[in-house]
Amino acid sequence: MSDGLGLWTVLLAVIGGAIRVSTPFLFVSLGETITERSGRINLGLEGTLVFGAMSAYATAVMTGSPWAGVAAAGLAGGAFGLLHGTVCKLPRVNDVAVGIALMLFGSGLAFFLGKPFIQPSAPPLPAIPFGFWSDLPQVQSALQVNVLFLAGAALSVLLWWAFRNTKAGLIVRIVGDSADAARAMGYDVDRVRLLATAVGGVLAGIGGAYLSLYYPGSWNEGVSSGQGLMAVALVIFARWNPLACFGAALLFGGAGALGPALQSVGVSQGYYLFYAAPYVLTLALLIATSSPDRALAGAPGELSLSK
Amino acid sequence: MIADAASSDMSLGPAQPSTGLQVRAWLARRSEAVVVPVAAALAGFVLFGLFLSLLGKPPLQLVEIVWRGGFGSAFALGNSLQRAAPLLFAALCVALPARLGLVVIGGEGAIVLGGLAAAAAAQPLSALPAPLAIPLMAVAAALVGAAWIGAVGWLQAYRGVNATISSLLLSYIAVALSNHLIEGPLRDPSSLNKPSTLPVDEGLMLAPMPGIGVHWGLGCGVIACVLAYLLMDRTTLGFAARIAGGNVRAAQIQGLPVGRLIVGFTALGGAFAALAGFFEVVAVQGTANGTLAAGYGYTGILVAFLARQNPIAIVPVAVLLGGIEASSGLIQRRMQLPDATVLVLEGLLFLLVLMSETLYGRFKLFSPHLWRQKRETAQVSPAAVTA
Repeated sequence: MSDGLGLWTVLLAVIGGAIRVSTPFLFVSLGETITERSGRINLGLEGTLVFGAMSAYATAVMTGSPWAGVAAAGLAGGAFGLLHGTVCKLPRVNDVAVGIALMLFGSGLAFFLGKPFIQPSAPPLPAIPFGFWSDLPQVQSALQVNVLFLAGAALSVLLWWAFRNTKAGLIVRIVGDSADAARAMGYDVDRVRLLATAVGGVLAGIGGAYLSLYYPGSWNEGVSSGQGLMAVALVIFARWNPLACFGAALLFGGAGALGPALQSVGVSQGYYLFYAAPYVLTLALLIATSSPDRALAGAPGELSLSK
Repeated sequence: MIADAASSDMSLGPAQPSTGLQVRAWLARRSEAVVVPVAAALAGFVLFGLFLSLLGKPPLQLVEIVWRGGFGSAFALGNSLQRAAPLLFAALCVALPARLGLVVIGGEGAIVLGGLAAAAAAQPLSALPAPLAIPLMAVAAALVGAAWIGAVGWLQAYRGVNATISSLLLSYIAVALSNHLIEGPLRDPSSLNKPSTLPVDEGLMLAPMPGIGVHWGLGCGVIACVLAYLLMDRTTLGFAARIAGGNVRAAQIQGLPVGRLIVGFTALGGAFAALAGFFEVVAVQGTANGTLAAGYGYTGILVAFLARQNPIAIVPVAVLLGGIEASSGLIQRRMQLPDATVLVLEGLLFLLVLMSETLYGRFKLFSPHLWRQKRETAQVSPAAVTA
């Protein structure tokens, strides 16, 4: 009986955790999907995520409005995306290396400017209680769904549709699959990639706003534990498909919630090993889905990752 | 093993008995690789100075503090060199695979596991005499590191898994694994506030290098950089690795064992990174604990890229960054700046040196033809010069 209850508690906590933890993964991976579909990889989204978290928190503290914070995070993320895109336009500059540099620069600048905001508390983003029908507090807390999660879910459907059915989506895909073909059709490859990287940065910044304004809901130097980079791996696993990104983000969120969930029912053995679960899962999925002989199915042809 | 004929710049090198003009041409060509990154780094410092002035801080004070805190006194210099030692090894873990075209950014994991392996091996080995036990501890660390980063190379070569992402994931896994071991099976029951492994026996601790008071990690790190340079630039093995890094298809057609080269060089890089952990345990901490994950692996990435993956250039860059990081405390106290100041500066330097890649070949000043032409155009047609 008590075992059964414990199992249900863990399951509920993992589902709730999946919804709670997955949102930053979702936004970063959708942003990275747009960037990578245009043929460029931005590893700097980890730095963008941290900087977004900082600027959202600082703006929310100063204005009192969490939505102003989200807007500021989006703007800051877009600025980082523009920086990455502009630097990568220079000939012979490696996009992977620039991403690593921006990861360092973004987190460093966020810690630098965010130092005064560690103490004050910011107004959190609102959540919708979908668990109102249940008396169990566990169910209620698991089904507290944040507005940004719903926005992210809608965005993934929208992007999936837009990549197939809109002119802009088609242009991004052409540029990503064959720069020569895009040039022949008269499109400015560099400009498309610059815009795609900027939009990717905006989304990653919003993902950061979720981190500092909802869950975990505070600003400090440990606000992100590599979610920005795991999201890049997640994009590969999701085969550059926005809908699959949504599923993958939920999976990763659930894996991340496993450790705390087990701890809450008294399983404290191997806490650190459960903490590593999302990383192990990412690696296992990458190994299972990669192949040395052929490019990954669905991979943009211009992507350095798949060459 | 020496493959001088393979060296691409042989016709321009000083090995050939050459006229003064040819030496100048060689100098011009070689100086580009020094002048461009140094100018980029200086531009980074200037930008950072502008950033500080915007915040109302005197930028020149920073230069003075970094000098005083990092290099100005024997104590400060010793502190900087102490920090540079692990950076040398960590940077090699990036630079060696980079020659094969792999961007490995997970050296931190190999450092942590290497330190842990050294501390764990110290217990059964404490019965042996120190001259035997200490090298065995180093071997234990190197083997663990080689396996960890070698796995990254294996996954890239035989499974097609991107090395950048897998190495970073493995680094997070390594830190979690070592936390688990340090707080669980390997924990010293008497370490209450700061979980650590059992301390390394006093007799197995390394004394500082005579004369400069810095531990042996520095000397071994410099030797490792020189050996890595010789391996890369003066052996057929290194030449094969550079071909594989330049063009995999061409290397395969030549019959080079690309997969084994990748695994070998990543494993070597991992072994070097693990030695950084070994020295931290055996020469500094005396035990393995959470401080092993101090970020040396990540600063090592920066060192390798600033050195443009050249093992010899890693030495001065590591000393410079060791000095900047050593003066971090002084920057905080004297200028009332947050501790992340150094991170911002490092990020700027990184970005500008990467951007400077685009400048190579843009300046006629560095073209050897310009310098050789001067005499030869007087005698023969310019077409003959390029031959």
